[in-house]
Amino acid sequence: MNARAAVRVVGLRKAFGDKVVLDGIDLEITEGSVFALLGPNGAGKTTTVQILSTLIRADAGAIQVAGFDVSREPQAVRDTIGVTGQFSSVDYLLTGRENLRLMADLHHLDRRAGRLRVDELLHRFDLVDAAGQMVMKYSGGMRRRLDLAMTLLGEPRIIFLDEPTTGLDPRSRHTMWQITRELVAGGVTVLLTTQNLDEADQLADRIAVLDQGRLVAEGTPNQLKRRIPGGRVRLHFRDAAAVSVAARVLGRASFDDDALVLDIPTDGTPRSLRSVLDQLDERALSVESVTVETPDLDDVFFALTGAPHHALEASA
Amino acid sequence: MSTSTFAMRDSATMLRRDIRHSLRYPIMAISGLMVPVFLLLLFVGVFGNTLRAGLGVATPAGGRYIDYLAPGILVMTAGASAAATAINVCIDMNEGIIARFRTMAITRTSVLIGQVLSSMIRTLISGALVVAVALGLGFRPTATPLEWLAAAGVFAMLTLALTWLTIAFGLQAKTPAGANSLSLIPQFLPFISSAFVPTASMPAGVRWFAENQPFTSIINTLRGLLTGTPIGNNAVIAAAWCVGLTAVGYVWSRARYNRYVTR
Repeated sequence: MNARAAVRVVGLRKAFGDKVVLDGIDLEITEGSVFALLGPNGAGKTTTVQILSTLIRADAGAIQVAGFDVSREPQAVRDTIGVTGQFSSVDYLLTGRENLRLMADLHHLDRRAGRLRVDELLHRFDLVDAAGQMVMKYSGGMRRRLDLAMTLLGEPRIIFLDEPTTGLDPRSRHTMWQITRELVAGGVTVLLTTQNLDEADQLADRIAVLDQGRLVAEGTPNQLKRRIPGGRVRLHFRDAAAVSVAARVLGRASFDDDALVLDIPTDGTPRSLRSVLDQLDERALSVESVTVETPDLDDVFFALTGAPHHALEASA
Repeated sequence: MSTSTFAMRDSATMLRRDIRHSLRYPIMAISGLMVPVFLLLLFVGVFGNTLRAGLGVATPAGGRYIDYLAPGILVMTAGASAAATAINVCIDMNEGIIARFRTMAITRTSVLIGQVLSSMIRTLISGALVVAVALGLGFRPTATPLEWLAAAGVFAMLTLALTWLTIAFGLQAKTPAGANSLSLIPQFLPFISSAFVPTASMPAGVRWFAENQPFTSIINTLRGLLTGTPIGNNAVIAAAWCVGLTAVGYVWSRARYNRYVTR
């Protein structure tokens, strides 16, 4: 391993009472990369972030952030990280500017340096006009931007973004994505948790899929896409008779009678597509429309976490 | 800079934050002031004559009930203000910003110290205002400047003890309503003390409780300093109670704060 690890986790376990939330997690996040932890609600994403950011203690496991042990050297860890949580970590009774000033004071910046940094962040996050308003009056998108600006004030080397776009409108989401990309361009390491597959695909260098406290898959977005069956051609028919004839012609035993569609696996080449259409033409079967489906993270996700558990273990 | 310099700086930052909160959301501070002022008006204006008649020899020199009552009301001011602290802390701890503070390399106790300081400032101002109202209603203390200073010191010690204790309440309670019910204890205990009537007039069991609970010794000390009634060993007992309660509140608060997990 040439690149240094910003986060290294081996055998992380955590239970609340008798409910096991994390059941032996191993993670390694390379410095300067974006790592996405993808999973449904209750998978253990937030708990992982809380443990890595020293908010709560793990029951077991070796956990290092920036080379420091989270339980033995928590202050050293805190000195290098920034956290933007799913629930806004802003002070609602202060203005946007006061929130940032508070961070500047807690990072012990002198008055002049603090003011410059606050102004720069207000500008960068498009909060200049709202700087004097109490945060209580901010929109969800503004709060999230302020939240991230507060996280960045201390210039952390490692940033945890816990579902940073949950509940945001598409425009605010794209703004957050843009900001994340800029951060990474500046050499920061980002651990992102998300339920949004598109988000992980857009931003992450590597993705780990978390389900019920276990990692069920890990790799680059492309590697994960390869783990599921290839692409397919979806044929839409006008009536059920046509579907059943086409299924016989193309050698498909199973099809969805009610939806009037037939999925044919292909390797995605024009030749394979033409061959399918030629066979249908020979029988004069009319197809309403054709869509070519490439595998996306949705397919990965359902293949890995939507399936029953015994099926998963058998294929692993 | 040394660790203790950072500790002071972080605590000052937290204090500024809490003062801003109090100024933007003054309702808690005001309600903490309304209770003692209302009690003062009630006991002087409505029950005053009867209570004075029953008071007999226990009245301070001038023989007026307000001179007996005012030190007790002052102590109740600290209790009412402490209730506001418990609720403030409980609400604050559920805010995401506290989770952020926990992930930052700042002095850990600075959050609590900021709250203690702002709460003390609020209570001391309330105390001064209640004394002003009492003076307006005819309270005539006989204290020398030195005795005033000593009385202020006793009040500050009581406030410090109650503040640490109610911060622990605020951290212990899961909801603001829970914090409020815990803080009823310091608010109601003065009723069964020497605040309104001498403990000697109470039935045996109640009397024993009233004489040995913390507020009585503190009230008797304040009353002695302000109006010249005998203090005896009350001052020592009062100081011991204040120091003891401060220690309990501090240790309890720290333990709760370090264990606290926001979701």
